[in-house]
Amino acid sequence: MTPQYWLFFAFAGLAVLGALNLIWQRHPIHSALSLIVVMGALAVLYLLLGAEFIAAVQVLVYAGAIMVLFVFVIMFLNIGEEERTSWSRVAKYVGLPVAVALLGEISYLLYRAIPARATVDANRFVGTTESVGQRLFTEFVLPFELTSILILVAILGAVVLAKRKL
Amino acid sequence: MVPVSHYLVLSAILFGLGVFGFLLRRNVITIFMSIELMLNAVNLAFVAFSFLHQQLSGQIFVFFVIVVAAAEAAVGLAIIILVFRNRVSLNVERVNLMKL
Repeated sequence: MTPQYWLFFAFAGLAVLGALNLIWQRHPIHSALSLIVVMGALAVLYLLLGAEFIAAVQVLVYAGAIMVLFVFVIMFLNIGEEERTSWSRVAKYVGLPVAVALLGEISYLLYRAIPARATVDANRFVGTTESVGQRLFTEFVLPFELTSILILVAILGAVVLAKRKL
Repeated sequence: MVPVSHYLVLSAILFGLGVFGFLLRRNVITIFMSIELMLNAVNLAFVAFSFLHQQLSGQIFVFFVIVVAAAEAAVGLAIIILVFRNRVSLNVERVNLMKL
């Protein structure tokens, strides 16, 4: 029982509890705050997997920028509690069993496919910012430049959509 | 030491919870947040596989997923604001213009 073991189970449990709370709460702002908890817990798990750069980006971009956007829109629209309605019949009778089957199938296949001796030791493999950056600006430089165009188009789209009149 | 499969099962559980939220909730914003949860679950699987195969490409792919998620959030929330302005409600059952 190493500290890594306890860290994994503590933060994995936190992530699952946060995700459950996300779909349990009726008020969108509570859901948004539990999603932030999930993202923070996942950042710690990325660190345990040796992905330093991804952990930092997770906190900065996901928990920081994207969730601030969500919370801003929820507060801006002053959304109240969700109305209680009956579930859609398709979701109830087809969707839920299929979702459970999907979850079971993925878990079963993963357990069968991955060798049990493949364990995680953060010191064995480190995705430092330097190594990620080196790959990003040599091998993946074209996709990297394309994402900047994607972001520009997304900004333009958001402005055009949210504007009252052009 | 934690087996890599634990991380992958955690990722599957989070993805399943995201699917549940997507199906059960009626609020557009909560549905949107469930999609973000699913994206996060996939990212965790990518990082775990990146560790398993000792390849950095998985982490770089996660970086691109995060960029696309940011663009998606910006456009999606703009659409949500537009829907709210036209319908004064975020219940997906009220947004049924394209329903047969």
